[in-house]
Amino acid sequence: MRPASSRQAFKARIRHALENNELRQSFRGAMDFLVKRRATAFADAAAFEQLRQQGASIRRRALSKLPDLLEQLESQCLAHGIQVHWAETAEEANQQVLKIAREQQAILVVKGKSMVSEEIGLNHALAFQGITCVESDMGEYIVQLAEETPSHIIMPAVHKGTEQIARLFHERIPATEYTEDVDQLIGIGRRILRDRFATADIGISGVNFAIAETGTLCLVENEGNGRMCTTVPPVHIAIAGIEKVIEKLADLPPLLSLLTRSATGQSITTYVNMIHGPRQENEKDGPREVHLILLDNGRSAMFADAELKETLACIRCGACMNHCPVYTRIGGHAYGSTYPGPIGQAIMPRLRGLDKYGELAQACSLNGACGEACPVNIPLPDLIRRVRVDQYEQDAQDRKPPIRRREAWLWRAWQYLCSHPRLYQRLTWIGARTQALLPKSLGPWTQTRTLPLPAASTLHEQMRRHQQQKDKSTSTRQGTP
Amino acid sequence: MTARHRILQRLRKATRPTSWPAVKPEAAGEASSAQLTEAFRSHLVAAQAEVVITTTTAWPAQVAQLALSRGWRRWLLSSQAEVTQASLACLQAVDEFKLAFFDRDTEELDFDLFTDIDVSLTSTKAAIADTGTLVLWPDATEPRQMSLVPPVHMAVIHASDLYPNLATLMARQAWAKGPLPTNLVLISGPSKTADIQQTLAYGAHGPKTLVVILLTDR
Repeated sequence: MRPASSRQAFKARIRHALENNELRQSFRGAMDFLVKRRATAFADAAAFEQLRQQGASIRRRALSKLPDLLEQLESQCLAHGIQVHWAETAEEANQQVLKIAREQQAILVVKGKSMVSEEIGLNHALAFQGITCVESDMGEYIVQLAEETPSHIIMPAVHKGTEQIARLFHERIPATEYTEDVDQLIGIGRRILRDRFATADIGISGVNFAIAETGTLCLVENEGNGRMCTTVPPVHIAIAGIEKVIEKLADLPPLLSLLTRSATGQSITTYVNMIHGPRQENEKDGPREVHLILLDNGRSAMFADAELKETLACIRCGACMNHCPVYTRIGGHAYGSTYPGPIGQAIMPRLRGLDKYGELAQACSLNGACGEACPVNIPLPDLIRRVRVDQYEQDAQDRKPPIRRREAWLWRAWQYLCSHPRLYQRLTWIGARTQALLPKSLGPWTQTRTLPLPAASTLHEQMRRHQQQKDKSTSTRQGTP
Repeated sequence: MTARHRILQRLRKATRPTSWPAVKPEAAGEASSAQLTEAFRSHLVAAQAEVVITTTTAWPAQVAQLALSRGWRRWLLSSQAEVTQASLACLQAVDEFKLAFFDRDTEELDFDLFTDIDVSLTSTKAAIADTGTLVLWPDATEPRQMSLVPPVHMAVIHASDLYPNLATLMARQAWAKGPLPTNLVLISGPSKTADIQQTLAYGAHGPKTLVVILLTDR
């Protein structure tokens, strides 16, 4: 059974978020901004649909050959001198990073924005061994400085206003004057982080697309911190979920276009970084070692389920959350999960258990906006509904028999009523005429809702009247020459 | 049994053979070279890059003049690159300039790449008109960091190396056949971020200024 505590904790986080005006303004502003940017980038609806079909089929084709492509990727990477590791769990992936760090006697690690490293809790694992891991994406750096977690997968610090960041920099970074000037704030971050890039022992990154055909690790970004992490330190470790692989280099352009336009409305990001190996014999820079960690962490189990497999097509653009009316109001932290918003609602219960994260699926109005926005056609609304069904079924087993029987009886009665029109009409006719006799409150259900009252006459009656009036007016018109 | 074996085994068990339509590369419209140049230029300018349209003979003097007027004095050059050979005399002629060469392993350089350089000069492998993108192919001659660490990056590109889009470029240059460089980079403007309340700021970690020298006479 889902523990009441996880439900209550989720509700408490939602309430907390809704009461915070600053937070709501931040999200509303940012989501409107991103939605508009995306709409402008995909101004031609037909062209978008075509590109989306292409992207969707590229991702499905890759998944249909996933084990073969992973092996091909591995052999291509090995041929270029990239060391490949496989991790079944978060713990294993962390251990692999730690092992490399120990070999390097590393004390400072710089990291580019990577959701998968959030998923495995890498920073904590490193800190536990006395290794400092500095986030280098500006948003992630802000979030780390504030000792928080990202609230959006593309814009991690979206929950913070300029003023809050100004205060944070002033308080947490020694000898920093208070300033709300964004250029100056970014300048401060730049100064500090460039020093870290220059002195770090290891750079860690995620991977946006891993291309099997060429053994390419492709990373997209605007800031250049990803390039710094993968270029300057002597060792680079890339961590990728096993679903990130695509078959051919020619598959990359449509996916890149879908990703950047869906995420931020850009036709391309400032940098597209395609890595094929460590520094070669005659080269003068670049890391001396490149490692690729391929992480499963529940993905192969999702792969085995035809419906859940769909979520592995995700390219992590964040469009589903940008378009979700619930996410826009409660923000990413309320979900209490690595991946928030619709994609989080679909995958977190599968990655970490229905009992812990099944509750997330309740924060959905089934409006379908996420499904429409998804650049690779993941049926998010169906998947969220599926979580609800699974959760309901799990809960049903834990309900007491009398309650279960009463519920079953209610549904049977409802079914009977709805499949017998005469009886249904008669009952609604009575309902319309006995409004005053109906109960005014239905316990907890009406505490936060107004009870919907039956209309004064049934729909059938209204339609009959409407038809009669129409007939009358037509016959009158026809009567006048 | 290793993790690799177990993961692949689980995936194999659930894999069903299916066929999917092949990707048709994005059709490249019939654009004239002038149209490509204009698309390339306007996209770069929209991304806050500076574009200097010039010729093979005129650019070195123009670049020297530009750097002088902007106070970019400390240069990072590659000793063997063609762009260096073409511009060296011009740059050496300016007393204010101090030239540094990336001619040994980064660990052994006798200057600090992060603090002692104002501007770098690199060549460009190709460029993409549709998105205003430079394609850099760093190698032993032109190391990766040249286009990343200095606050100003100048890149020279011939208009004849312009391609309509990435798909066409990849296909025509047969990238998939390899060999590909250890780090192939697409650059479409100066480094930027909108991580503080969606306010765009340039020079997040990489170059604050990107100057594209577009040579139209070849």
